[in-house]
Parts: sequence; structure tokens; C-alpha cells
Amino acid sequence: MPPPPRCGAAAIRLPFPIPYPPMLRFLLTRAGLVVPTFLGITVLAFFLIRLVPGDPIEVRVGERGIAPERLAELRHAMGLDQPLWKQYADYLGNVLTGDFGVSLVTRNAVIDEFLSLFPATIELAAAAILFAVVVGLPAGVLAAVRRGSVVDHTVMGLSLTGYSMPIFWWGLLLILLFSVNLGWTPVSGRLDLLYYVEPETGFMLIDTLLAGDTDAFRSALRHLVLPAVVLGTIPLAVIARMTRSAMLEVLGEDYIRTARAKGLREKRVIGLHALRNALIPVVTVIGLQAGTLLGGAILTETIFSWPGIGKWLVESINRRDYPALQGGILLIATTVIAVNLLVDLLYGVLNPRIRHAR
Amino acid sequence: MALLDIRNLSVEFTTRAGTFRAVDGIDLTVDEGEVVGIVGESGSGKSVTSLAVMGLIPEPGRVVADRLSFAGRDLRSISGSERRRIVGKDIAMVFQEPMTSLNPCFTVGFQIMEALKVHEGLTGRALRDRTVELLDQVGIPAPESRLRAFPHQLSGGMNQRVMIAMAIACNPRLLIADEPTTALDVTIQKQILDLLARLQRERGMALILITHDMGVVAETARRVAVMYAGQVVETRPAADLFERPRHPYTAALLDALPERAVGRRRLPTIPGVVPGIADRPGGCLFNPRCRFTATRCCGLRPELEPDDTGATRCFFPLPAHREVTP
Repeated sequence: MPPPPRCGAAAIRLPFPIPYPPMLRFLLTRAGLVVPTFLGITVLAFFLIRLVPGDPIEVRVGERGIAPERLAELRHAMGLDQPLWKQYADYLGNVLTGDFGVSLVTRNAVIDEFLSLFPATIELAAAAILFAVVVGLPAGVLAAVRRGSVVDHTVMGLSLTGYSMPIFWWGLLLILLFSVNLGWTPVSGRLDLLYYVEPETGFMLIDTLLAGDTDAFRSALRHLVLPAVVLGTIPLAVIARMTRSAMLEVLGEDYIRTARAKGLREKRVIGLHALRNALIPVVTVIGLQAGTLLGGAILTETIFSWPGIGKWLVESINRRDYPALQGGILLIATTVIAVNLLVDLLYGVLNPRIRHAR
Repeated sequence: MALLDIRNLSVEFTTRAGTFRAVDGIDLTVDEGEVVGIVGESGSGKSVTSLAVMGLIPEPGRVVADRLSFAGRDLRSISGSERRRIVGKDIAMVFQEPMTSLNPCFTVGFQIMEALKVHEGLTGRALRDRTVELLDQVGIPAPESRLRAFPHQLSGGMNQRVMIAMAIACNPRLLIADEPTTALDVTIQKQILDLLARLQRERGMALILITHDMGVVAETARRVAVMYAGQVVETRPAADLFERPRHPYTAALLDALPERAVGRRRLPTIPGVVPGIADRPGGCLFNPRCRFTATRCCGLRPELEPDDTGATRCFFPLPAHREVTP
């Protein structure tokens, strides 16, 4: 695993000075960089799917065949007979006005479909990253402090195992153990059929709480645990290893010796003076992982029949549902960019040298 | 009774390549209010000695001593919490690299206040006022506004002043300054040394000044110990040492001072380096680099022999009345 960039945000230099406070300037600079990223994503989302043979109509028609006049008619109706650059320009123009188009298959607005499914994915990803941080961070710190001990070797061995394990296999193992043999958790879905909860926020945990139904809440939690653990395993391994190496580096620094020379307790030296510095690279890794989880929950969602974005995107690819796919990818990318921006901001909060960088 | 009393202190590091004695049986006493200089090249064990006193020798280092006591308390046997009550309060240390010795993630105000909070129990207004007062004492302009500065916003010299403020925060009885000026510009070096000397005088605290610069010691210390390869090779009052060094190593160090080499084309140097783990010679540890090595020096290890003003670890000490010649 390559080390994460440690000074990404600090390297930005504007050719002209902006007369704003450092934090605002930092934000504006970052926001400015989003524009080219955004354009790049529209290009990729638009052209890549069109490289796949078969357009939406051909895929839907399948082997039955279709009269050439009817094909041309449908293509014209969907705007697919326009030159590619014209299609792209129209698409870009629509996107810029906030119009993500209509699914060619369901005829629903892409944005509506996306928003109805996205909370499920966020809920899963958030639970997974929470699990990964809560377990991975302390494990990494412990491994670093007890370097070379049994604890260290155990943590590192387990995290390497977790990192190398195929997700679907790991998921199936856990289902076999906890759902089938022990019967502790349900196999799939987000909630038992016994319960019905009005979707207020789309987050099952919050909705069940809002409805005041503790049994339903417990059911939602039991449904969430296993997929969250499966999805969080790789981030957990990455975070544990990153925390360990960052801590080891920091523990050798002069200022740790200074902290000890002040007569501080070891708990404070490690938990405050060392961890605060070690968190800087770790937060970057957490951010990158969070981004990956949002788009990369496809396998987990499929194994656990989790009704989220991942499943929806795979289905859209199979149907060549261009607008759904373009919209979905763009919206996910936007979320990932937002998460990374948040991480960069947090990075500035954690690292005073970046906050004041000119 | 001496404030700091060290007898036969050794610090060993065991590695795969074998056991290395970074400090090899040194004796050192420091009285209340005394300024002692420890001089020697890099790798001579100066810093390790002070870290041993602070209890900061990193794993897998091992500290052994016949006596290691501070103000009558045996530092070898005290518990961790007892040590934390002494270290940072009664014994404080200033390190070599001010830029890396301060935590980059915390303001200098926070880092100074931390010591005051832990040892003196100060809080709120009193804590803040005391911190501002300390920054003022170490000559930091506009101390009020510097409380919220981060180390990267200050220069090396300013950071070293912050380090000093942090060290003297709890009125230590002994301050150990480990090469406090090495990383700084020459003009700043003088200021920092003057500051240390002033604080020492005003507060009457004992000061151990560790350096590889003979010139620095000459201006500040009353008594000097010269270390080589983990051993004290010569110790005596500063004035006597500078006038009549008895150990060939001390003499060579003094000869290497630019101000003593006036009129020469080339500054004299000492060939070779301090022996490390693999190349420790038999006999006198300085014999491979000494101008006066005899057969005896290669077979037997000399002891630290007392003389009229101090002690020397040499079979053939230089005469008490010696002219420095090329």
C-alpha cells in the first residue's frame, strides 16, 4: 500500500493572492479544483458506457429483433441519433441546470431514484467506517506501542488477513456462521417484514427511532451489523496498519521525548501528543476509504440484498440505462468529492501547518 | 551533599551486533547552583548521560550505576509516578533541535501551560499569567499574543526560548541544556547562551551545559568534564582546563578552536572519529587518534587519576606547564 500524500492540500499555490482569511481561502482553492474533476467525471461517465456494445434499445429488444424504422424512431425519441458531441453537450447543459434526466427503463427521474436508494448505501457505508475506525484505530495504536510483541503480531497478522480476503467469500462465511448456524442475524434485507416504518429520512436506524418502535430499531440494527462488518473489514485493516506505522514514526520524534521530559503520564504522551500527530495521515486514509465505500459497496449490497446504489448501478449497466448510469456515477462522484473536501478541511483542523500555509 | 551525584554510571544498548556501552562508568557531581560543562565530540555519550538522569533512555537501553541520586533521592529505585514528579519539575531539560522538540500540533502556550498544570496545579487566569510571565522572562516580545502561536510560526531561536520557558516553568533545581545552540545561527547562539547564563544566575539553579563547542563552555561553565567514547577523560575547573589541559584529547579540542589558531594556515583537526560499536580499541580508547600513543596505551586502559586541580584519564598526561605548539 503506498503511503498517502501528506501534503496534498499544502502544495496548492495560486498565481494571485486572495485577500481572505486562511480558512476561507483554503476552501475556495479546494472548491476551484473541483471544477476540472467534475468535468472529467462527466466525460468518463458519458463516453465509457457508450463504448459498451449495444444501446438501450438493442439490449431491451434482445434476440427478438426490431424493424429498422422502429429502431430509428425510438433512437430519435431518445436522442440517440444525434452526433455524440451534441449528445454530450446537451447532457452537460442539463446537468449544469441540475437536470439529471429520466431513466430510459423506469421513466422515473434519475435524481429521484438515486435519492430514494442513496440513504441505504450511506447508512451501510457509515456503519462500516464507524466499525473500521472504532476497532482499527485503537488496534493500530496498541500494536505500535507494543511493537514486536504478541499483540503487535496478532493485530498485523489479522489485518493482513482481512485486507487480502475476498469480500464475497468473507460475507458468505459470516452469513454461514452467524445467520445460518447461530441464527443471531438475518440473512438479507434491511428490516424484518413484520415491521413497517414510514421512510422519513431513508436511514432505517433513524426512521425506526422516529417511529418510536424499539423492536423495529433492534431489527434494523441486526440487519445492519453483518454487512457493515463485511464492508468495513478492508478499511479496518488499512486503518489499523496506517495507524501503526504513523504512530511508530511519531513515537520516535523529538517532541515525544520532550513530552516525557515534562513528566507527563505515558497515557497522555501517547493519547494526546503522539496520536494527535499520527492522526493526520490516518484521517487521509479514512477519507479515501470512505469514498471507496460509497461507490464500492456493490459486492456487499449484492450478497446481503441491500437495496442501495451499488445494486442499482449494476442493473443500470446491464440495461444500458445511459441517463441512470451517468446520473448515478456523477452523483456518487459528487459525494466522494464532498467527503474528500471534508477530509481536507479536517486535515487543516488537525494540522496547523496546513491551516496557515500560504 | 551534591545535588546530582553520579557514580560509575553506564548505559548499554544491546543490539544484534553486540552490546554497546554508550556511557562507560562515568562519575559526575553537580552542586546546588553550579554550572558544569560537559564537552566532547558527537557520539561521546554526553546526551545519553543526561537522558539517563532524566530516565528517558529508550528501549532496549540499560542503565546501571553505583549511585544515581538527585537531592538525596535514588533515581534508580523510584517508581514511575515518583520520577514524573521530579522530572519536568526539579530536573528539566532543553534539547538540541528546537524546531522538532516542540509538538507541531499544539500552540506554544498550551505546551508551556501543560507543565504548569501537571506540576503546579495552576489553572485559569493564574496559569495564563504565569505563562505570559515566563515568555517575557525568556525574552519573547509580545508574549501575550505568542501564546496562540504554533511552533512553525516562530523562528528557531524563538522556539528555543519557548523550550527554555517550558523547562524553567516549574523552577527546576537542575537544568540540563543539551547542545541548546547547535541548531541555531551564530548570532542567535550568543543570545541563547546569555539567556541561560542570566536565568541560572537569577534563579540560582544548577546548570549542566552539554556541548561540543569548547568556546561555549569557556564563557559559561565553572567546571568542565571532557567526555570521549562514553568516558570522562578529564575534569577540572574551567580556567585551569583552558590554561593547562592535561589530556591529549582536551588539548587537541582546544587546538581546534579557531581563535587559538591565529596565524596558522590550517585549523588543526583530530584525525578519525569516535569509536563506535565495532571499532572500540583495546587499551586507552583514544589511542588510535592520539599524537602521543605509546605501547602501554594499546594494552592497558588508564584510570581517571586525580591531580592537583582535577583528574585525567591518561598514562602520559601533558605537563602542567605546557606551551601549545603545532
